[in-house]
Amino acid sequence: MKKKVLSVLLSAAMAASILAGCGQAAAPAAPAADAGSDASEAEAEAPAAEAETPAADTAASGEGGKVLNIAAWNEEFKTRLTDHYPGYEVVDGTHGKIGDVTVNWLITPNENNAYQDRLDEILLGQESASQDDKLDMFLVEADYALKYVDTEYAASVEGLGINLDETKDQYQYTKDIMTDSNGVLKGVSWQGCPGVMIYQRAVAKEVFGTDEPEEIQKLFADWNKFNESADKLKEKGYLTTASVADTWRVYQNNVSKPFVDGTTIQIDDNIKKWAEDSKDLYDRKCTTTVQQWTDDWNKGFYPEGKVFCYFGPAWLIDFCMAADTEGSIAHDGGWAATEGPQGFFWGGTWICGCEGTDNADLVADIMRKMTMDPAVMKDIVLKDNDFVNNRPVMEELANDTSYQNAVLGGQNALKMFCAGADKIDMSNLTAYDQGLLGDYQTSMMGWMNGNFASYEDALEDFYKSAEVRYPELTH
Amino acid sequence: MKNSKVTRVNRWGYIFLIPFFLTYVIFQVIPLCSTIYNSLFENYRSGLKQIGPNFVGFANFAKLLGTIDVWNYFENTLFMWIGGFIPQIVVSLLLAYWFSDPSLRLKFQQFFKTVIYMPNLIMASAFAMLFFTLFADQGPINSILISMGILKEPFKFFASVTASRVIVMFMNFLMWFGNTTILLLAGMLGIDSALYEAAEVDGATSSQVFFRITLPILRPILLYVLVTSLIGGLQMYDVPQILTNGKGDPAKSTLTVIMYLNQHLTSKNFGMGGALSVIMFFITGVLSIVIFNLNKRKD
Repeated sequence: MKKKVLSVLLSAAMAASILAGCGQAAAPAAPAADAGSDASEAEAEAPAAEAETPAADTAASGEGGKVLNIAAWNEEFKTRLTDHYPGYEVVDGTHGKIGDVTVNWLITPNENNAYQDRLDEILLGQESASQDDKLDMFLVEADYALKYVDTEYAASVEGLGINLDETKDQYQYTKDIMTDSNGVLKGVSWQGCPGVMIYQRAVAKEVFGTDEPEEIQKLFADWNKFNESADKLKEKGYLTTASVADTWRVYQNNVSKPFVDGTTIQIDDNIKKWAEDSKDLYDRKCTTTVQQWTDDWNKGFYPEGKVFCYFGPAWLIDFCMAADTEGSIAHDGGWAATEGPQGFFWGGTWICGCEGTDNADLVADIMRKMTMDPAVMKDIVLKDNDFVNNRPVMEELANDTSYQNAVLGGQNALKMFCAGADKIDMSNLTAYDQGLLGDYQTSMMGWMNGNFASYEDALEDFYKSAEVRYPELTH
Repeated sequence: MKNSKVTRVNRWGYIFLIPFFLTYVIFQVIPLCSTIYNSLFENYRSGLKQIGPNFVGFANFAKLLGTIDVWNYFENTLFMWIGGFIPQIVVSLLLAYWFSDPSLRLKFQQFFKTVIYMPNLIMASAFAMLFFTLFADQGPINSILISMGILKEPFKFFASVTASRVIVMFMNFLMWFGNTTILLLAGMLGIDSALYEAAEVDGATSSQVFFRITLPILRPILLYVLVTSLIGGLQMYDVPQILTNGKGDPAKSTLTVIMYLNQHLTSKNFGMGGALSVIMFFITGVLSIVIFNLNKRKD
């Protein structure tokens, strides 16, 4: 009998331990404390107790929520907010404070679609999330902005309480891309992204005998001259670009048709030209096929990398070229900027408010201060050398001889950027660009490395990758 | 009377098995059935819009099997598994034999057993990152080869089909040979030493002892190692995924079936993903049955 009781107890204990496993999942999830934890999970299992608090109407009554959740793919906006938003205090790596509101950063890198995947999960779980777990603000890039603009998840800028007249100084293209099919503005940006060719002064002097932007521009004015100069650089042992991917944006922005028409992938002549020119350049050993943002690519930011130029907008110069690292070319002001063979733009970050945010006032205020306040805008240019989204401020600084960009050896490249910003046309962007351009580059680099017999084979390979990534597309 | 007591005791046996069956049903049978069910639907996300689920019958299977792609990825997987498995089994057999041979009197056995098992304790992703850095275009391996005068300019390991595959094979070998050695060693230590002594008395050479006594008795263990390794190999994912950033570069030559499956999940394409899983399930099943039957016939 005793044995029997013991056995029942034992089996009960075993069964209980199994159920306990289920019980844990239902217990209140830790408030999305660290950005490393899976936020979508945390959101899905929102503690029931908190949902009971009357948080739903707080936005309307002007009493904002206590947590401001912001999704982003890198630290750029966080740095901007830390440096320029009045009253922002840093708490730790992924948290800040504005007044008594906690700012919670959900940062996921772009690599392999990770940021979009996470953002999608969060947005689709918004409805069931508790107020403090709801996303209040998210950032998007030009490559996939369209995917989010035309959805109900991005809040109307006007709806957040901003008068559209306040955005009159912003560059029109930054507003066009964020306007949905009903003509509603869904997001704003603090930056403009006209790109330039950024070259090493020391190498220019050694190879071409001058580092004057006007003189260098003559040597790189079109793709033929670019190729000729590349040979001269090669003779002295320098790579022209760090990777074939560097010139991609220049070709892609000058296309005459978008990557996708309806659901059909189409290859513009200029995109094909990029592949052919790049293969040629690579075969002549004037560049490499490393991926951007890898260590091999970053080596060119230092003299040992022996890279002559990069192509990029102001944010690349300011944010990516290791200006804070001792021994980098940027640290010593060794770069200079010129227009290069063709005008282009690259990236751009837009701030979108989330529909249903409980911090509407705060979101609107961040948008106002960070993208519309001329004083803050000017401060960003002076401190960070970013190109800000405010025409009067940029034009004033472009003509201001006292403004100098330390990374560019004191050059004031703003006139060049201003001219570029006026020409930016984003009408050929599609919601698929980020995935497609990554897959296209990967396949074409395979061709350059000799793993495909011809351009056509590489193109087939690209279609395969693209159609797995986006099942609705065909070619 | 006696019989009923046995039955009563047996009943407790079944009760104690409940946790296992419960776990098995929840985490294995139900997902298996739902995968098969899902494979019959068109079900994915386009941007933030959900498409489907619409019942499409076997259209997903037709689409997958209609191209040569999935067979190419299957070939990649099998090729990289075999390339890792052959050195793994050879080295493991040799090491296990040395460790179990009392006449060799190896010193520091415990130390070596720990060391060879170590690579298995490292996360595959960390291991892959390490190898990615080691074999980068301007990484340490290239620097060493250049400074030794073997290479003139950096060799691009990850742009070469052969080199990338060999790196994956080598990593799989390195991660798993310790585990296999321990398994084989357990089998070898279980062999009756009287057999070895008898062989010694009869004047058998050590290679005769190995091939005539050790290997035949070890066959069930070897079979177990082969089948588990085959199933693990067909599901190869972590090492090539991290090493090539999920792309299976160069030219999809290191793209395994499970990596391909994962690519479908970017668009939450549960229909195609399910169909691919079902195909994989059948291939694994058939291969396992073939291997078991090969063994039976020899008996």
